[in-house]
Amino acid sequence: MKHIRILRRRILRFTVSAIVICLLLFLLQRLLMPKYSVGTQDGAMIAEYYNDAPKHNLVIIGDSEMYENISPLVLWENYGINCYIRGSAQQLIWQSYYLLEDTLRYETPEAVIINITSMQYGEPQRESYNRMTLEGMRWSTSKVKAIFASMTEEESFWDYVFPLLRYHSRWNDLTEDDFRLMFSEEKVSLNGYMMQVGVKPAENVPEGRPLADYTFSDVSYQYLDKITKLCKEHDVELILMKSPSLYPYWYEEWDAQLKTYAAEHEIRYLNCVNNDEIGLNFQTDTFDGGLHLNVAGAEIYSNFLGRWLQNEIEISDLRDDGELVQAWNSKAADYEEKKSEKYRELSEQ
Amino acid sequence: MDELMEFLEDLHPDIDYETCDTLIDDGILDSFDIISIISEVADMFDVTISAEYIVPENFNSAQALYDLITYLEDEG
Amino acid sequence: MQFVSYSFLLFLAVVFIIYYLVPGRFQWMVLLVASYVFYLFSGPKYLIYIMVTTFTTWLAARQIDKLKKQQADYLEENKKTLSREDKKSYKSAIKKKQRFMMLAALLFNLGILAVVKYTNFAISNINAVINLAGGQPIEFVSLILPLGISFYTFRALSYLIDVYRNTISAEKNVFKFALFVSFFPQLIQGPISRYSQLESGLFTSHHLNLKRVSFGLQRILWGYMKKMVIADRIVVGLTTMTADTAAYRGAYVLVEVFFYAIQLYADFSGGLDMAIGAGQIFGVTLPENFERPFFSKSIKEYWNRWHMTMGSWFTDYIFYPISVCKPMLNLSKWSRTHLGPVLGRRLTVYLSSFAVWLATGIWHGASWNFVFWGLSNYVVIMISQELEPLYRRFHQKFNVDGSLLYKVFQIVRTFLLMGFLRIYDCFDGVITTWRMVGSLLTTGNWNILWDGSLMQIGLSMTDYIILAAGILLMFIVSMSQRSGSVREKIHAKPYTVRFVIWTALFLAVLLTGAYGIGYDASNFIYNQF
Repeated sequence: MKHIRILRRRILRFTVSAIVICLLLFLLQRLLMPKYSVGTQDGAMIAEYYNDAPKHNLVIIGDSEMYENISPLVLWENYGINCYIRGSAQQLIWQSYYLLEDTLRYETPEAVIINITSMQYGEPQRESYNRMTLEGMRWSTSKVKAIFASMTEEESFWDYVFPLLRYHSRWNDLTEDDFRLMFSEEKVSLNGYMMQVGVKPAENVPEGRPLADYTFSDVSYQYLDKITKLCKEHDVELILMKSPSLYPYWYEEWDAQLKTYAAEHEIRYLNCVNNDEIGLNFQTDTFDGGLHLNVAGAEIYSNFLGRWLQNEIEISDLRDDGELVQAWNSKAADYEEKKSEKYRELSEQ
Repeated sequence: MDELMEFLEDLHPDIDYETCDTLIDDGILDSFDIISIISEVADMFDVTISAEYIVPENFNSAQALYDLITYLEDEG
Repeated sequence: MQFVSYSFLLFLAVVFIIYYLVPGRFQWMVLLVASYVFYLFSGPKYLIYIMVTTFTTWLAARQIDKLKKQQADYLEENKKTLSREDKKSYKSAIKKKQRFMMLAALLFNLGILAVVKYTNFAISNINAVINLAGGQPIEFVSLILPLGISFYTFRALSYLIDVYRNTISAEKNVFKFALFVSFFPQLIQGPISRYSQLESGLFTSHHLNLKRVSFGLQRILWGYMKKMVIADRIVVGLTTMTADTAAYRGAYVLVEVFFYAIQLYADFSGGLDMAIGAGQIFGVTLPENFERPFFSKSIKEYWNRWHMTMGSWFTDYIFYPISVCKPMLNLSKWSRTHLGPVLGRRLTVYLSSFAVWLATGIWHGASWNFVFWGLSNYVVIMISQELEPLYRRFHQKFNVDGSLLYKVFQIVRTFLLMGFLRIYDCFDGVITTWRMVGSLLTTGNWNILWDGSLMQIGLSMTDYIILAAGILLMFIVSMSQRSGSVREKIHAKPYTVRFVIWTALFLAVLLTGAYGIGYDASNFIYNQF
């Protein structure tokens, strides 16, 4: 009897200790992880996707050329397209693929737009960008595969599983926000759109320097193939898109390769660089000299895109869905509020 | 034996070799002392204590050392 | 595979589970497979080296053992017929064969070590001579240097010599012997254990003993604390300074001495804590390698407390054999009659010590820096040996023996002396080292010690605070250790107290350890030796 009592006490003791340690580690991890919504907001949108009802008929996947340049509100208000942008800074093509896999787990949109700027990168670029794309993803086989595909040499898988290991020394830079936002981050985007209001005209846009080799890497093609295949399997209309940003320079050789690819695989490729139909004015519609569009530019471009989608793929108009209408009404209010607030800030500067 | 004792006392005058049996374990004799002892023993008894016999058990007390010498005299 | 890596922790966990699941008689095989897997991760090409060393020493020891048995049988059979002289000549014939076996294996394995480790050092020296003569320099060869080769070669050779000396009997099973040579906790940086120390631990079956396992884990954690919190943090400042000898001279050299002493101790003893802790988890007691060396009152004492398993190896297998070989004894006799009792008695000791320190220097690395470092130790020890009567008179006159203040003085003196000797490691040449130490007297930039310059060497105030806290903790633990095992003391406390202590240490390592992206100094300093 005594023996059993001691054993039971020990097991209890061990269990309690283990729980206490796990709890401590969990709290520390929440505390020490960077809070993207008050810091580098470009890392916040991937996670925000999961809070929006999975009823999108268009999902856009790509880097800042997507989430700075397209306003989902315009697409909704003028065309009835319920769109979400799964964007993250310098998103690589395999990350786009795994985000697509991840998205298809929750919903099957009518169409998916993939930003193909990232075709130029055949290998992981920077750890901080990887973090911004991958950390927001919910755990799934897609996330695991995305991590392994993205890691630079210095990175370790375990640092993603236990981000505490990665951010362990951040205790030195903690702010009030880290405590406040331990369990819930602030919302920073509108359906994945990051609004910018400043104006910095595009001047002296540099021409692209000649490259030694214009062929996209095998890895890039491999993932593009996977994207194409996955969309076919799920009967999703795939659109490869290059947004109208003036630079980084988009080479004609790259354009040609994608044209060929699209023709071969019977998918659409929409290159918006220097497209006069859009009606953009790079003296007023960009906030960083032609890299990305400001809200005025994004709205113009979104109108073009909405029209194009209606004409080309006859995307459905969802404005008869009561729930969505309601949701968008409140989003529209947020959007306008944010916009006027940002303009006010700008004028105060 | 007497001759050996005399030499040992010369080496560390403050140690009572009759009773002490932790000469190595307590670090009283260091490696330099051991070499001095071995070269002295080589002269006195005409025995060579080779390296394989340099283990704590043989040097922890004067008696152990003397036993070793006797053994080596017989063997040699 | 590095001890400070996620893969090692995972590896350890897997081996642990398998080890305690299989029946006792298979446990050593688990360790053998694990050890080879561990080494495989370090580099597949290394395996052949360790296998060759294992097999050759095992074979030679087996032959020596067989001759031993043959001799015993022969003497037993012919007990009555043989005269004393017959026996003696038979024995010496056998001994000759045994010695041949031993020497062949010894030289072969030392040869491998010498070739992979010292070929380029030899070539660079030959080239220096060729240069003087104006000839064509020889090209350097690219040889792989198997990880931990100095350590496992020394372990294998100690076994070989012990079998030859008849202090242990040879292991019949080559796989068991392979485990002794390759046992993964001690494979890369020691301790240089002896076969007699490990035999029972490695080859008997072990039940899961929770206290032992948790003690092992605690020891590993303590090692991580030394390595990650202290060594890997301070090294940033140290390398900044030593990389630029033009900018960081004078008083900086004093800072370097302190930094390097702390880094080396924390790094090396931390690694050994991990090794010994890992051994303990499997019920294998590895010999201790450090005994609070910075509390030593003399250099000689320091060397009895620092890297102890290496020191005793050199004493047992180099110092004694040289000191007591026939020519040396004759020399000793001659010197005592011709040079007087004082010098006469010491001449042989000095000669064999010279050999030991030369070997110690070379063992540490293939460069003149290490040779000079070894010989500097030799000189300092010999001088203090000679000055001892003087010291004794001084102590008696001023009655300082046993006074605390004098002890502290001795400890500080030894620490500084050792620190300055060790600084050879930090610079790329003997002359540079001398010049740097000399600059301490000539530069006169003492103000850098307090004017904030030390904030510009890659360490922030936070780093210094963490370092200070870590070093203080290390000091407190060392003080407490003098009256017995610290882990035992903590173990005697109520569960909650224990839990808080160990959790706090774990979190401290986790949060203040210098690891992950941005820190890449996690190679143990002693790996390359």
